[in-house]
Amino acid sequence: MNKYSKAKIKSNVSLKEDIYLITLETSSTQQAKPGQFYILRPDVRLDPFLGRPLSVFEREDNVLKFLYRIKGKGTKLLSNLNEGDLIQITGPLGKGYPLPKDEFIVIAGGIGLASVYYLIKSFPKKAHLFYGVRNKEELLFYDLLKEFSKELCVATECGSLGYQGVVTEVFSQKGLQLNLPIYACGPMIMIKEIGRIIEGKEIPCYVAVEERMACGVGACLGCVIPTNQGFKRVCTEGPVFDIKELIL
Amino acid sequence: MKPNLKVKIRDLEFKNPVITASGTFGYGLEYSQFVDLNRLGGIVVKGLSLYPKEGNPPPRIYETPCGMINSIGLQNIGYEVFIKEKLPVLKKFDTNVIVNFFGENLSEYIEIALKLDSTDGIHALEMNVSCPNKNSEWRQMGIDPKLLAQAVKEVRKRISKPLIIKLSPQVTDISLMAKICEEEGADAVSLINTIPAMVIDIKTRRSLIGTLTGGLSGPAIRPVALRAVWEVAKAVNIPVIGMGGITSAEDALQFIIAGATLVAVGTANFINPITTIEVIEGIEKFLVEETIEDIKELIGKLNE
Repeated sequence: MNKYSKAKIKSNVSLKEDIYLITLETSSTQQAKPGQFYILRPDVRLDPFLGRPLSVFEREDNVLKFLYRIKGKGTKLLSNLNEGDLIQITGPLGKGYPLPKDEFIVIAGGIGLASVYYLIKSFPKKAHLFYGVRNKEELLFYDLLKEFSKELCVATECGSLGYQGVVTEVFSQKGLQLNLPIYACGPMIMIKEIGRIIEGKEIPCYVAVEERMACGVGACLGCVIPTNQGFKRVCTEGPVFDIKELIL
Repeated sequence: MKPNLKVKIRDLEFKNPVITASGTFGYGLEYSQFVDLNRLGGIVVKGLSLYPKEGNPPPRIYETPCGMINSIGLQNIGYEVFIKEKLPVLKKFDTNVIVNFFGENLSEYIEIALKLDSTDGIHALEMNVSCPNKNSEWRQMGIDPKLLAQAVKEVRKRISKPLIIKLSPQVTDISLMAKICEEEGADAVSLINTIPAMVIDIKTRRSLIGTLTGGLSGPAIRPVALRAVWEVAKAVNIPVIGMGGITSAEDALQFIIAGATLVAVGTANFINPITTIEVIEGIEKFLVEETIEDIKELIGKLNE
């Protein structure tokens, strides 16, 4: 029963402005699948009250990494924690991505990279990665991503690197015809556009979604989203859903 | 010395006074990956209705200072699925299973209460008269003394298992409502349910809860809950189940000293899934330190 434990912070550094990478040392033997998440909560506090669900960025031996952007007071507090501090972790939680059998497409928008990086790394040279950011300063792990993926297409909104435009445009020009399963994480507007592009096509597409969450284990029913089979819990029935299920 | 933690509601014995609050512990099984359910005094499952309910549109939760607002809308799997899929697994644990239930009207309350009463493996019933998210004429039963009296009376006379009434804090005098429950034959009262609350996004000028308002829970409401438990415990002779923002043994002990025979851990399960166990262990440790042999010696022993 070591799904709930205290982990020691090895490092917690800003990579680019408000984007941080936190590295934890854990005694938990729980293995994590790409797409699963943990709830991180600074050790003793009641305000902010809830922990924050973060996708597993990397899991190796006794080290767990999470990539996050400061969005509100919870992530702000998280960013202030230092090396050596203890943090409460619960996980791994949720269903991860269905594991790809061969080559696959990944579409990542901005901080959505946090959810798909581990998938790309776990299947070296199998991912055709379409990675969209606002400008080249926001681009993360370029060299590593180039190494792990079979093909890397970067799109920047301002055109400071790679294609100028949004990542879904590049995908529909260069990725769609590959006819490979798609794994995606990014802002809702990106997910909606992917849904529109592949509508009527028989391409499997799995997307990781985000919702405000409390328990993380399917008990409180707080994180539901509407699907074509009624409300589903992001924490346990997700966070990865078949795009066809989602009401976009 | 190992202190005695056993308490009772009527003839139903609890191995310790720590149970879970309805709606915060799912059907119990969600937490068996963290907690040895056999150690709990009891599990109060998510509010159950005759038929499945889809619940309220999201967003359903929002974090607030030292707590959260929820508007789940009593989403649940319904009686049949509970009996078929959840109860057989719950039965394997050595703990009391308490089913929280509700209906859209009094006849539905009676119908599900009858079914639960005749189902093996359910030890007690908790009647929800106080959900702030429901829309029906009987929504008023938690705040209208006449409706409350009628509802408790009608359910009580038909069932034999211990009957707990879960009270709303949304009344002027909660001890009056508790007394009505006692007079009409309830075996215990549990309090408090969440407090109606709201939070607004100033940029969009919209509520951050899908149904505009929800119920506030967590440590933010603890002092309010504690005072309500103290008032009620003085007014009735039946056991009181105290809840509202309990996160530790120290919190739970305050409720016991105020007069609670049992305590329920609710929202704290969301921030630390093993809170229940920490509370049980902490209460036991406190009794040892204070050389109190029996938890009953502490119940309601506020020095005034």
